[in-house]
Amino acid sequence: MKRLDAMEAVYADLERCVVVTIMGAVAAELQSIGHKPNFFYLQHAMGLASSMGLGIALSRPELKVVVFDGDGSILMNLGGLTTLARYRPRNLVHVVFDNESLLSVGGFPTATSTGSDIAGMAAAAGIARTSTVRELDAFTDTFRDALATDDLTTIVAKVEAVGPAGYVTDLSLLENRYQFQRFLRQTPTRP
Amino acid sequence: MPVSVASSKLIYECLKDVGVRIVSALPETWLVHLIRVAEDDRDMQLVRLAKEEEGVGISAGAHLAGVSSAMLMQNHGFLASVNGIVSCAQLYRIPLLMLISHRGEFGERDPWQTEGGGVTEHVLDALRIPHDRLDAPEHVSRRIRKAYTLAQSASRPVALLLCRDLMWEEA
Repeated sequence: MKRLDAMEAVYADLERCVVVTIMGAVAAELQSIGHKPNFFYLQHAMGLASSMGLGIALSRPELKVVVFDGDGSILMNLGGLTTLARYRPRNLVHVVFDNESLLSVGGFPTATSTGSDIAGMAAAAGIARTSTVRELDAFTDTFRDALATDDLTTIVAKVEAVGPAGYVTDLSLLENRYQFQRFLRQTPTRP
Repeated sequence: MPVSVASSKLIYECLKDVGVRIVSALPETWLVHLIRVAEDDRDMQLVRLAKEEEGVGISAGAHLAGVSSAMLMQNHGFLASVNGIVSCAQLYRIPLLMLISHRGEFGERDPWQTEGGGVTEHVLDALRIPHDRLDAPEHVSRRIRKAYTLAQSASRPVALLLCRDLMWEEA
């Protein structure tokens, strides 16, 4: 499975969600499919996309929050899995695209290439709904099931270590940040 | 344990007054009462962290989602959060209200706290983070309000150092 294909397969579902991604290939590929005002790309601060998702999910329980994380990023914030589990935001779907490498810096292998199991660690941290998927259909089904379920879910999607030609896009960081904030502000809170 | 209950409650009430609704925290001795008060308050969302840097992401998400937050941490936790502060909060112009217990100053008895005390203000300065000290009850309210105001208007992190004279009541 390619990450780009996985994001394309669920792209239409993201319209009714708030999406936070990590930097690098995930951000560039999602933008190549089509940027939306409800997408925020954390272009640095590796590890904190899941924490940002938690902050949004706790602040706005009426919104469905999707985090597109990566193996290199979540490995920098494994403790954050215990915080996610502890507060169990029912409106958060946490997807980890696991290509077993730090692709954007030359493809150096991460510890998932030697057997570290992110879904296993998420489950052991206390996240009740976790799974690892390897095929596109399984990813799409699992993701849609998570969106339809009122509970925190971590989905590890094993993907090929391939990405876009470049990582810098023409969307400036602050433009993205203020557009995203405005989107959240204009989306009514549940009465 | 002579951590000041009165000062902790005063700080907490000031945080409530400026509109803080989410507090992230990693416990340390001087913060125990503050964290307990937050935990007992039904109108406050306390987020207990595994590591302080997570709090930067949580505050960033909360801010973009329209909710005011504060971070409670020890100065060593601040030191452990520097990349998140730089690469999330400063890069994306996120206001952070950081309340940092300033261990390792004059009077510190724990040898393991002493290195951090000497570098905290220098690191804050190097990061260009405006900071002030909370070391007496009479200026707590005013300084918290002013720090919060600047964080919001500048859309940048600010820090208040919780000092020994405010937090620790020694016979």
